[in-house]
Amino acid sequence: MLPLRIVIILYCLCFLAPAWGAKEYGLKPLEIAPGTYVLLGVNEHFNFSNGGNIVNVGFIVTDDGVIVIDSGPSRFYGEQLRAAIGRITDRPILKLFNTHLHPDHILGNQAFEDVPIAALAGTVEGIREQGELFNDSMYRLAGAWMAGTRVVVPTEIVKPGFVEIGGHRLELIELAGHSHADLVILDHATGVLFAADVVFHGRTPTTPHADVGQWLQALDTIAGLDFKLLVPGHGSVVTDAGAIAQTRNYLQWLTTRLNKAAEQGMSMAEVLQPDAPPSIKELAVFHEEYQRSVVHLFPEIEAKVLERGRVVQE
Amino acid sequence: MKSIGQHLFLSCVFLCCLVNPSYAQQGQTDPLNSPMWEDMRRSLLGGAAVVFDDRVQVLAPVDAEDSMNVPVLVDASALGEVSKIVVFAELNPIHKVLELEPLQAKPIIGFRIKVQQATPVRAAALAGDGRWYVGGRIVDAAGGGCTLPSIGSENSDWASRMGEVAGRLWSNQDSTRLRMRVMHPMDTGLVPGIPAFYIDHLEFHDANGEILSRLSLHEPVSENPVLTLDLPRRDSVTVVGADNNGNPVNARFLPGKHEVEK
Repeated sequence: MLPLRIVIILYCLCFLAPAWGAKEYGLKPLEIAPGTYVLLGVNEHFNFSNGGNIVNVGFIVTDDGVIVIDSGPSRFYGEQLRAAIGRITDRPILKLFNTHLHPDHILGNQAFEDVPIAALAGTVEGIREQGELFNDSMYRLAGAWMAGTRVVVPTEIVKPGFVEIGGHRLELIELAGHSHADLVILDHATGVLFAADVVFHGRTPTTPHADVGQWLQALDTIAGLDFKLLVPGHGSVVTDAGAIAQTRNYLQWLTTRLNKAAEQGMSMAEVLQPDAPPSIKELAVFHEEYQRSVVHLFPEIEAKVLERGRVVQE
Repeated sequence: MKSIGQHLFLSCVFLCCLVNPSYAQQGQTDPLNSPMWEDMRRSLLGGAAVVFDDRVQVLAPVDAEDSMNVPVLVDASALGEVSKIVVFAELNPIHKVLELEPLQAKPIIGFRIKVQQATPVRAAALAGDGRWYVGGRIVDAAGGGCTLPSIGSENSDWASRMGEVAGRLWSNQDSTRLRMRVMHPMDTGLVPGIPAFYIDHLEFHDANGEILSRLSLHEPVSENPVLTLDLPRRDSVTVVGADNNGNPVNARFLPGKHEVEK
């Protein structure tokens, strides 16, 4: 008879073996305007079933070639994105833009190493400093979907302003608030606005690098742009300012709630239990994102409240 | 199709059945099913029998977004009289987090901890009937919280603010909540070249010098500890204590707040 430990190892291997090998995201580009496509992620958290595909990625097929906006959460995603583009056009990829530093937007960069990868200066620096940390944590959250993924730092710095590519006049707008550098792209040829993670739709906004005050200003800027379609970083495409208002509403509710709780003397763990109106609670992954936001934002708010207390120290 | 998670789970169940047929022998089994529970019971609770009881509430996030700062609040007030609360995170390299003797305060304590990996965070409350009641929950984590240097120790001016206290009192009819923060690196001693350096005891007094509550802290408490206590109603409260190197912590909290111009 085989020793027990060999039996156990064999048992485990039999069941784990099917998990090895390339993972299929089943990417389906959706044409939202002439030559303009988006790949919609699910409104969930990173997990072992979605493989990190919770993000919206876009591309524009111009006369000269293809402009890609964000590369997805993993090497597999990046490769499958490139294959999906190849099924639609045989024009070359001209450039990939990374809208900001977060892992779900940049970890597919590996599949675009042969073309310029452009991002705002702050984003390039952020990816250089924190990319590896993101990559590690994505392996923990999405497992085998991340196989072979490594960080590729953008190779070109975006200067805000207009660029003309293959008949598309693109306005590159630098904002901040969701992260310290958020690139938003308005295509004046089609009126499509790629708002990246400055706008969330139907999904709770995330705040790991947020400055809520700046973010609200960024939303005002976006609301003033002349767009026909808005592609949020997460959630479905909209034709109006609904998603902008929803994002603003959430951020305002969040900061009001945290400030009030700190002012009432609640401890951080007590604030974890949300007390939210239906319009907030119905947002996808509300509970998880709210708890994360408490950890991101409450310490600073609380410190201001405690520092105003009257303390005598000899 | 079964997910990897299910396969792993089945594999683990299979392994556990083989190696650990008689898991818990106390009257009640550990609801968190932790491999370290028996060790904790022996080393921290003197091997006493315990009752797992939801009346010992432990509030904490499901997932530690920041392994250096996991917010926790323990509330054992549903048990009535409680003479001691011991808090521990058993899969941390240093298990014991703090010990509260409520004395005149409510058996409630708020704080933040560092976690090295996913771990149960538990509180054991010694109730008036002489029994330990235990509550807790599992906090998932990416980890690393205990073996990373404190942010302060990487900053050259941390020493000039060490021991600085901020805080405020919130009073209602029968109790006064104290929330306070002390600047201190709270080094665990697990980072090479940085010895353990942490505030280890604090006492809370009223203006007449009467002791209201007593707290001992350990290495896993987060840097610049932020503490929440519910004391009996008083107009002012004094905290007196020290770190493990004898540096004093001393501050008096007065009612009200400074108004700031907006």
